[in-house]
Amino acid sequence: MITAVITGVIMIIISLSVDRHGCSNRSYRCKQAVFFLKVTMLNSVGLSCVLLLLSAVGAAVLESPPYDYYRYHPMSEISDWMVQMQKEYPGVASIVNYGKTYEGRAINLLKIGLSTEGKKKAIWMDCGIHAREWIAPAFCQYFVNQILQTYKTDPKMEKMMTDMDFYVTPVLNVDGYIYSWKDQTTRLWRKNRSPGPAGCDCYGTDLNRNFNANWGTVGVSFDCCSLTYCGSKAESEPEAQAVANFLQSRKDDFLCFLTIHSYGQLLLIPYGHPNFTAANYDELMDVGLGAAEAIEKIHGMHYKVGTSPAILYANSGSSRDWARMQGIPFSFTFELRDNGTFGFELPENQIQPTCEEAYSGALHIITYAHDKTFNGAVLTAAATLWTVLLAVGVTGANLV
Amino acid sequence: MGLRIVAVLAVLMGVTGSPSGTVRPETVSVDITAHPNSVPETAEEPGQNVELGEEEAEEDVMATGELNPNHYPAQRAAKVVQHYLTTRYGSPYRLFGLQRVHSGNAEDVADTGRKYQLEISVHEIISNTTQKCSAEVFFPRGEKQQSPQVQVSCEELLNISTKAQEEALYQQYKMNQSLLSAQNLPDSHGHIEPDMKPLWHLGIVASSFVMLKESTENTLYNMAQVSNITQLATENDQLKFECHTLLHDMVSQEILPWKLLFTWSAAEGVKVLQMEQLPHCHSCEKPPNTD
Repeated sequence: MITAVITGVIMIIISLSVDRHGCSNRSYRCKQAVFFLKVTMLNSVGLSCVLLLLSAVGAAVLESPPYDYYRYHPMSEISDWMVQMQKEYPGVASIVNYGKTYEGRAINLLKIGLSTEGKKKAIWMDCGIHAREWIAPAFCQYFVNQILQTYKTDPKMEKMMTDMDFYVTPVLNVDGYIYSWKDQTTRLWRKNRSPGPAGCDCYGTDLNRNFNANWGTVGVSFDCCSLTYCGSKAESEPEAQAVANFLQSRKDDFLCFLTIHSYGQLLLIPYGHPNFTAANYDELMDVGLGAAEAIEKIHGMHYKVGTSPAILYANSGSSRDWARMQGIPFSFTFELRDNGTFGFELPENQIQPTCEEAYSGALHIITYAHDKTFNGAVLTAAATLWTVLLAVGVTGANLV
Repeated sequence: MGLRIVAVLAVLMGVTGSPSGTVRPETVSVDITAHPNSVPETAEEPGQNVELGEEEAEEDVMATGELNPNHYPAQRAAKVVQHYLTTRYGSPYRLFGLQRVHSGNAEDVADTGRKYQLEISVHEIISNTTQKCSAEVFFPRGEKQQSPQVQVSCEELLNISTKAQEEALYQQYKMNQSLLSAQNLPDSHGHIEPDMKPLWHLGIVASSFVMLKESTENTLYNMAQVSNITQLATENDQLKFECHTLLHDMVSQEILPWKLLFTWSAAEGVKVLQMEQLPHCHSCEKPPNTD
């Protein structure tokens, strides 16, 4: 940049000092040459100025380095990223605050959708309900970026974002996540950071046992030091309350509730209690198996599908179960990579492939839910119309 | 006349063919009974016997006869096979993971315990090869918790020879001027320095002895982290190590710290001298920092 400025100044000086009056009066060629030189110099200066301006503008636009979706980010960076997304996609992405953690931190989600008049259907996704499952928040960020990148060129995604809003919470258990970043001894923290009841020294409730869905029945502990401590009562925890309060009033709008965890490579469907079966169990299995197939196509990873009591263990008070009980039809728990080799400490070089395959799986479920709600009716109507018209046409042709 | 009707139909095809943007959710009135939101939730009647926290009782009823290979009883038994293979054949250059359970069968053995028969695929992590194995796992029943007994036969388990690499590593560690030491393998971001990887592998092999010993039908163990591994003075040509390892039990979700003393040589493999469960000290937490 500085070189260009200096060159420009030199050229201006030269062009000003060169004067055709320096040529002898009779040398037309000399005057021509001088004129040509001046023009060339000034053109070069003009061009340099334009280039200078362009590079300055370019530098201003490219000033912030692109967000690295394939590294783990501490909470402060994730919060900044959310602000950035809202700024880069005004009218499409907006931050919604819907609660406060025990330690008083904001619980925020990104609401993403193309604005239309009328009430829209919705998709819920939350990540990081368990602090140590770092790959989950990484996936939520990747997911947001993907749908924002693709809707402009992919008509299907554009349609889905027109018909539905996506509510994505990159980190639900903010206190726990921050705590897991503290040092090597806290990395494997799972619960939130509320203090235990009187007489118990330990911290934290397992948020995924705290929801009002067969709360406190199976797969939980009432020992506050346990990693599956379900809390003093259902929805005792502010983080669980935040989700419940937000969705309670909007439950009829939501088609999907996807809650993202690690590890184990599983897609779990309701319910966690072995004696309860979801009314749409067959459909959930079908869609889940379709999602697992979509996942396997990406990098060959096998994800098992089924209810928690069948595949993993019985449990109660999970957010997925609560969502299903509210009537949200497509409720799934995603357990991402890996199978136990690295476990919670999944290497950063696996973030990209994990996100790619999980995106494929999530999209399968979301697309199914969307198409069932929106296209189903249209296709039926179109088919009916066609049949009627064909009948009329045939009859009419016969009558002629 | 017929042509005019065809033309009308063609025009209408253009209109009805693309539903995008023309349908509002509220106007969808066809087939609403198929929408799961309208299906009543009363199907789930809480009339049956709800067992509070007693998962073991339910498992007794379930896990007998032919098993669903994707369900937890077969999966937990297969994980035990993984730990067994690692203790028998694991080394700094050979580690096993459970790839798939193809089929499984379980039967009670009088009052002594339960026996599982499994067909599985095992993944050798370092060479990235997979092979099929047949295994039998016996979980003894009794007042005191005893380790499961395992028998396995695989296609070509030791096909890829790691002898040369192991010998080279053994010599390298033996000749070390200063004793090796490493912490947090892997670190918080899942990273391990390349020349620390063999130590991590040794930690996994040693830990597999613990995971094998501690496994029951109600546990699913994986390594969480080698928090510390330190080389001690060589004894009788065996390299000696002390290691602190963190095990993760998927069923309880707990992290269990163990301390191990073990030896390794290319000739003898890993032998565990001592294993000790450390107290996992929830109450030792400092109160949270105020940010």
